[in-house]
Amino acid sequence: MKHRTFFWFFLPTGLAMLLFIALPIISVVTQSLYAPHEAVLSIVENCGPFGCKEETTVDQAATEALRAAEPLGRFVGLEIYLDRGHLAVQEVSQLWASEPTWSSFFSRLGNLPFYRAMSFTVTYVAVVTPMVIILGLMIALAVNSLHRHLKGLVIFFSLLPFIVPPLIGSLILFWMVDSRGVFGTFLQYLSGDPNLSLKASTALTWIMLMVYGIWHSAPFAFVIFYAGLQTVPQDTIESAVIDGASRWEQTRYVVIPHLMPLVTFVALIQLMDNFRVFEPIVGFKSEAHATSLSWIIFNDLGGETRLLSSAATTSVLTILGVAILLSPVLVRTWRDFNAKAH
Amino acid sequence: MSTSLARRQPLGLRIALYAFVVIWLILAAFPFLWTLWGSFKVELDFFSLSNWTDALTGPRTEAVYGKPFTGAGYEGAWVQEEFWRAVLNTSIVCFCVVCISLTFGTLGGYALSRSGYKYVFWLLIIALIFRALPQITLVSGYLQPFFAWNLWGILPTTIIVLVAINQPFTLWMLHSFFTKIPIELDESAKVDGCTQFQAFRHVIIPVMWPGVITTGLFSFLLAYNDFAVAAMLLSEENRTMVPAIAAFLGTTQTEGNVMFAVAAVVSATAPLFVLVMFFQRQIVSGLTAGAVKG
Repeated sequence: MKHRTFFWFFLPTGLAMLLFIALPIISVVTQSLYAPHEAVLSIVENCGPFGCKEETTVDQAATEALRAAEPLGRFVGLEIYLDRGHLAVQEVSQLWASEPTWSSFFSRLGNLPFYRAMSFTVTYVAVVTPMVIILGLMIALAVNSLHRHLKGLVIFFSLLPFIVPPLIGSLILFWMVDSRGVFGTFLQYLSGDPNLSLKASTALTWIMLMVYGIWHSAPFAFVIFYAGLQTVPQDTIESAVIDGASRWEQTRYVVIPHLMPLVTFVALIQLMDNFRVFEPIVGFKSEAHATSLSWIIFNDLGGETRLLSSAATTSVLTILGVAILLSPVLVRTWRDFNAKAH
Repeated sequence: MSTSLARRQPLGLRIALYAFVVIWLILAAFPFLWTLWGSFKVELDFFSLSNWTDALTGPRTEAVYGKPFTGAGYEGAWVQEEFWRAVLNTSIVCFCVVCISLTFGTLGGYALSRSGYKYVFWLLIIALIFRALPQITLVSGYLQPFFAWNLWGILPTTIIVLVAINQPFTLWMLHSFFTKIPIELDESAKVDGCTQFQAFRHVIIPVMWPGVITTGLFSFLLAYNDFAVAAMLLSEENRTMVPAIAAFLGTTQTEGNVMFAVAAVVSATAPLFVLVMFFQRQIVSGLTAGAVKG
């Protein structure tokens, strides 16, 4: 295809992505370097019957004028990145100096909003991604050995947790694990503690969110692996059987290696999706115990005071996180591409 | 399929496999059925302090309404809280997003699959990076300009934003789909004197529908499931379903209102249920299309 034709074909989608993805990224980076204007104060002399007093008032007109003239705010460089709400460099170095042990250092670090969100996000990604792959693989292997009339039915019900909006899925589970809900009651019965509430404990909240994450994403891994199982080379299985491989050995040395590229694919998609974990935190109302990077941005943007600069700074830090997460994949793709070219 | 003796499963393994599948099915489907059943009860039955079986039998619902089922939650959500407005907004948003993003994506994906130059690779990689960005990070970039240009709060803004966010995925999917359509088809059309666009129009469009429908399903799901963008960019009366449900939660302190949210959640899940029923094959093939290639 000629460059010219390509250009016209690609223009609509390219323009959409340029205007609403690329430019916003630039806009976010710029915004993160500016802080909102402070109110302009003016000192007025106020004279009454008991003499004159100097009073400081907010000059509304001048403040408005300044905000209108420079809507971005005042340039502060990296100041917002280093403040308490984000990287908190000062606080961290103080903690580093004052805390004697690693564990006390990390527990104090967990009080700073950014690190608190970061620790949950990273734990969530690190736990949910492998669990989804393992559970998905198990379901796929089990379903594949079912009678074929049952397969369609199982796939239908399996897709439901994956297909519903994450907020709705988490609400459905949240109502069930509520201490008055069916699952909450069951847990109270199991533990023998009639006052057990998943919402009250940090550890249980984390587990609950991760269980939700696995429940939500396992169908995705299942469907992918299930499709992969349909293309397992039967000849290799035959010869493995002839060589005396047990059922487990067939799975371990023939089926799983065959599925390996799919595992990489599922891992990649899951890393990207789990890193943006957000809706469950709203659905489970868990912000007292667990927050994520996306949730901080949402929280800053919402409400009456829209903290645009603060949200922009967290956004940039999140984008950097995504870049670090994806870099191995990108490097590999680049190598593959070069290898193909030569 | 004739199973050889060596490959027949022993009984113990068979039972274990069936048990595992049944447990998974319960985990996957039970929450939905439970919530569907419970949505026809009053709050004190669905969230029962005394006995969990209340949610099944509904004694308090019976005490209030004379029968163990009530549509009060639905009436409250749809009529009193005007959930129909959110449903209407969601329909508009989904319809427009699917149409526009398929138009853009088809043209772009086709071009990517038919051009052999190096920039194709880079465009796809950039699309992958865009796909990886959490949507909420972009939203903080939209607010300032949208406020300034008075674009905030209306449906068209959200539609075009969702189209753009949708493009990377659509491009990847349609690119891999168009690569499977033999290039000889459009080559021969061009030999017969067609321009590239005419070849696309007369030769490719008639054969592209299976892939486009599959991609369209996923565009639909993205628009339908979106919370972050719609919650931030839409004003209260233009809200779509998911942000509307989130808003219900803020105002559920008084008794009965939790059931509004439950009813709204069930109402929002029902169309997806139907969708999976009819398009299961397409959804499965769409999920695997990206994987088998990559």
